[in-house]
Amino acid sequence: MSADNKPGSAKGRAIRPGEGFRELGLLMFIVLLCIGFQARNSSFLTLANIQDLLANTAILGILAVGMLVVIITAGIDLSIGATIALAGMTSALTVAALPGISPLLSLVEGMAVGLAVGTVVGLLVARFNILPIIATLGMMNIVRGVTYIESKGAWVSSYQMSDGFLNISRGTILGANNLVVMAVAIFIAAWYFLSHTRTGRRLYAVGSNPEAADVSGIPRRRLVWLAYAIMGVLSGLAGVLWVSKFASAQGDTAVGYEMSVIAACVLGGASITGGSGKISGLILGTILLGMLNNALPLINVSPFWQQLIQGAVILAAIIMNVAVKRNNQRSALRKRAI
Amino acid sequence: MAERSISVDRPRGLRTFFLQWEWLLVLIFVVVNVINSNLSPYYLNLGSLVGSTNAFLDMAFLVLPMTFVIVLGCIDISVASTVALSAVIMATSFNAGLPMPLAMALCLVVSTACGLVNGLILVKFKELPAMIVTLSTMIVYRGIAYVILEDQASGHFPNWFSFLGWGSIGPLPFILIAFAACAVLFGLLLHKTSFGRKVFAMGNNLTAARYSGIKTDSVIVAVFALTGLMAGVTALFLTSRMGSTRPNVAQGYELAVIAMVVLGGVSTSGGSGRIGGPILAIFIIGYLTYGLGLVNIKANVLLIIIGSLLILSVLVLNLRFGKGHRRPASPNAKMIAAGKAPDAKL
Amino acid sequence: MSDTILELRGITKTFPGVKALDEVSFELRRGEIHALMGENGAGKSTLIKVITGVYQPDSGQIFLDGKSESIRGPLDSQRLGIAAIYQHVTCYPDLSVAENIYIGHEKAHPVTRKIDWKELHAKASELLRSLDADFGSRSIMGGLSVAQQQIVEIAKALSTNARIIIMDEPTAPLTKRESEDLYRIAEALRDRGVSIIFISHRLEDMYRLASRVTVFRDSRYVGTWSVDSISRDELIVAMVGRSITQLFPVRKVSIGEEVLRVESLSRTGFFKDVSFSLRKGEILAMTGLVGAGRTEVCEAIYGITRADSGRVFLSGEELKAAHPSEALRLGIGYLPEDRLKQGLVLEWAIATNVTLPSLERFSRLGWMDRRREDAKAKELAERLEVKANSVHDLVATLSGGNQQKVIVAKLLTGDMKVIILDEPTKGVDVGAKTAIFNIMNELAAAGYGIIMVSSEMPEVLGMSDRIVVMREGRVSAILETSSATQETILGAAMSAAETERA
Repeated sequence: MSADNKPGSAKGRAIRPGEGFRELGLLMFIVLLCIGFQARNSSFLTLANIQDLLANTAILGILAVGMLVVIITAGIDLSIGATIALAGMTSALTVAALPGISPLLSLVEGMAVGLAVGTVVGLLVARFNILPIIATLGMMNIVRGVTYIESKGAWVSSYQMSDGFLNISRGTILGANNLVVMAVAIFIAAWYFLSHTRTGRRLYAVGSNPEAADVSGIPRRRLVWLAYAIMGVLSGLAGVLWVSKFASAQGDTAVGYEMSVIAACVLGGASITGGSGKISGLILGTILLGMLNNALPLINVSPFWQQLIQGAVILAAIIMNVAVKRNNQRSALRKRAI
Repeated sequence: MAERSISVDRPRGLRTFFLQWEWLLVLIFVVVNVINSNLSPYYLNLGSLVGSTNAFLDMAFLVLPMTFVIVLGCIDISVASTVALSAVIMATSFNAGLPMPLAMALCLVVSTACGLVNGLILVKFKELPAMIVTLSTMIVYRGIAYVILEDQASGHFPNWFSFLGWGSIGPLPFILIAFAACAVLFGLLLHKTSFGRKVFAMGNNLTAARYSGIKTDSVIVAVFALTGLMAGVTALFLTSRMGSTRPNVAQGYELAVIAMVVLGGVSTSGGSGRIGGPILAIFIIGYLTYGLGLVNIKANVLLIIIGSLLILSVLVLNLRFGKGHRRPASPNAKMIAAGKAPDAKL
Repeated sequence: MSDTILELRGITKTFPGVKALDEVSFELRRGEIHALMGENGAGKSTLIKVITGVYQPDSGQIFLDGKSESIRGPLDSQRLGIAAIYQHVTCYPDLSVAENIYIGHEKAHPVTRKIDWKELHAKASELLRSLDADFGSRSIMGGLSVAQQQIVEIAKALSTNARIIIMDEPTAPLTKRESEDLYRIAEALRDRGVSIIFISHRLEDMYRLASRVTVFRDSRYVGTWSVDSISRDELIVAMVGRSITQLFPVRKVSIGEEVLRVESLSRTGFFKDVSFSLRKGEILAMTGLVGAGRTEVCEAIYGITRADSGRVFLSGEELKAAHPSEALRLGIGYLPEDRLKQGLVLEWAIATNVTLPSLERFSRLGWMDRRREDAKAKELAERLEVKANSVHDLVATLSGGNQQKVIVAKLLTGDMKVIILDEPTKGVDVGAKTAIFNIMNELAAAGYGIIMVSSEMPEVLGMSDRIVVMREGRVSAILETSSATQETILGAAMSAAETERA
């Protein structure tokens, strides 16, 4: 029997043993990495560089929020790379045709495209009981195919884009890059949604025990649907941001990017079996992955090492996590006097 | 006490025979061919039909072990990276002076080792889902390939090496013969041997398999090592066909392979499926690609068709065969699926 | 002025091929604890699901406070003040206790939509205090014991102001002491005016708690009695439909030399210094409270888990490798406690299940010999009198007792010396119990050494030659059955404090 749960224990939401540790561990690792980078290249910890790094990581962060919501419901979405491409391409084609269009409208357009895709995915998973990995794998192919058809295989390049559109990713608000501002806003909104609203908590419930959710009258299917819709909207948004940032829309934009996004969630402590995962961990996971993606060239690490290092860190993180959990269990057993 | 006689008859009948998923696949296969031959006069030419197989069969070698992995209730998304890594190591070691046969052997050794590592991690850290482990090794393996070859291509293989991908014995492409041999071997292994039986048992109920004395760890490691080995075989054929290799080869193969296995009627919750389905799926998608290519329909339409086929097939499987999205191995759910009244839980 | 709160009349519910409820009636009074009894498959669980709205009856009426109601779903029943606590707790392991209690009806701020955590935890804490819970509202559900989780379920029922609480075999997974806590909570609820439907297999639960008892048999209503007015034997007749004169078969014992010796086996946190021996032809009962470490010891002997220290000898040879395959090779078979999860591949045929532990015997160089497999399965299934038409029938379609026989058949495909049966009669109806006891006897007579883990006192006394009693991970006594009584066993099974309370 666990005796460590005292009635009315400390304030704040309940903490699972080891979860605090893993976030602390991630934070420590990030700090160590920063110190290491700073030692190799003294321009690492400059405001400009940090801003650059954050701007480059913002899109990953936005997508990771959506993926976290999906993973909490014990799902997964492999179609987001394709959705990014479709939303990005659609908005880019519109801008190329109507240069005067407001950037805000472009964003809305991208999100609408994403919402459409997310709704279909949600329908397949929630209504027709198709396993998420299969449904989104199928949608990945379909959406990517639609993107190629829409673009007729051509690219939309920066000279076809209006300044307003390009400034979506280049402009600043209060000195911070738009992308970073958006990502922070989305992080805050998601934290509030997941930790403090009924719908958010019920998403955890659905992922934690779907059968129980059915028995207690929680609208499981609708919530799962909602999760994929959120993921869709965020990938649509990310699509527009992506095209604006890289000033180019291609049929093969963001191929395979879903894996990086899933990796960020896993690094951040989300459990693929559903029911757990927090925004705080996700932020750390995203930042760590962003640093590995963007900062290695600064310390003269060949870009070709980047993937290996990234993979090794993820592998180490998930294995460490298991090791810590086991250690906790073992010491709990030792406490059980016989 | 009167001894009751229990028969050894299997439930047979036209109904169960014709209600098999494979018949639907055969139907799709025929439809694909009919459409293709209507679209292009060049299509229904036996020579080109057979000859075209070397365009899509390299990936097919991965479908066979992936069927085992999915029947086991796992998934392996590191296969494409394993293909890249073993191909890259073969090419660089050959260009560094290793004789080609040894380089090819090295390719297989490396790929098997990759699979072995996946299996060992899974067995040592049972808490981790296969999806996460192979996602990580996927990044690591391709990462190593990039470190070795950066963004270069490596090739200049001896001429005889191209025989793998392009040669033929009589009218049959060598790759088709090799694949047929592998398909037969894997089919027998899955359906006729005690090893295959163990894989099915573990996919259905891992705990019961363990309590029945099956060395579940060894089976998992063996299946993943086998998957690695076949990734090496894929690397050989793919490299031979392309003449050179680079770190980004076979990108996206993992998802295409998984799609074929699922299209073949293998349940992703594990424990059910037959090897024939995925093999049919290979040829359906292969000929679809080939036929649409003949009439200049772009790859993009094909993507849409494959995606729709995948979703539709699972939809039909769900509706017709009652295998919904359930958490794996919930005995209760499985009992309901087996047609027992939900109340009869005890 | 009726004191009937819930009445069901003529409820019928059919599933494809099965009539789960056939014109049954049931009546529940205000503030009573009403036991609902019957064998497995008698229709109790279906009735519960009809009352809670999970199933819709095909015909019949439900009256609440004399008013006809149709209950269309879990939310309807919740609104009407009905709550159910299931045997397998339906909780959300990742959420906190407070969230588990209030999920579905959390209070949120009308504008900001923020859940009022302060109030939520305050209310949850209050509920938990009223139930004497030893954990807080912020604990994570998954970290609690089953007994604690049940308290959360009860709190959940109270939070919806339930007037009728249904408890579906709540004591099954609990230790005696935990059951005692649950009894007290149930009585406290009754005194507050809550009506309780208590489903249980244990006669002792009923006598301890209920004022009236209703019995179902074969999906039909048999009758309702006041607990004081019905004897144990009459109740069994009502449940089984016949009196069971001889549950335990007469045993012919011929005990041979020692086959298994366990020497100070220990595993941190589970059991310590466990030593005993087993002889050929002997049935050794292993008993103690749930959680005393019996299953853990057996699993360590069988190699599912590894003991930290100690030794196990089989016919004088030391067992080294900790793996079931090794145990099976040397001749130790294990019938696990959880039939569905650990014992069977439900979607498989009888034949393939039977041969699973010894595939090597039915294959040559890895190649399966299906004919030999079928023949062996047929032979064993007939010998154990499995009720089936073909060895290719799916085990999922068999009854609990027959499924248990299939697992026994699994053990008989190899050359076993020792067979460990972990709660072999759990969840098996009375008729099948006798069959299983007969099989045990035959096996013992054939020279197998048998260890039977059991919590059922009559079974332990009726079937064994010797009894190993465990308490808190240690062997507290080894008794000769001929001289043992229920009292001596209980005395050894419970610590001093518990003996006082019992």
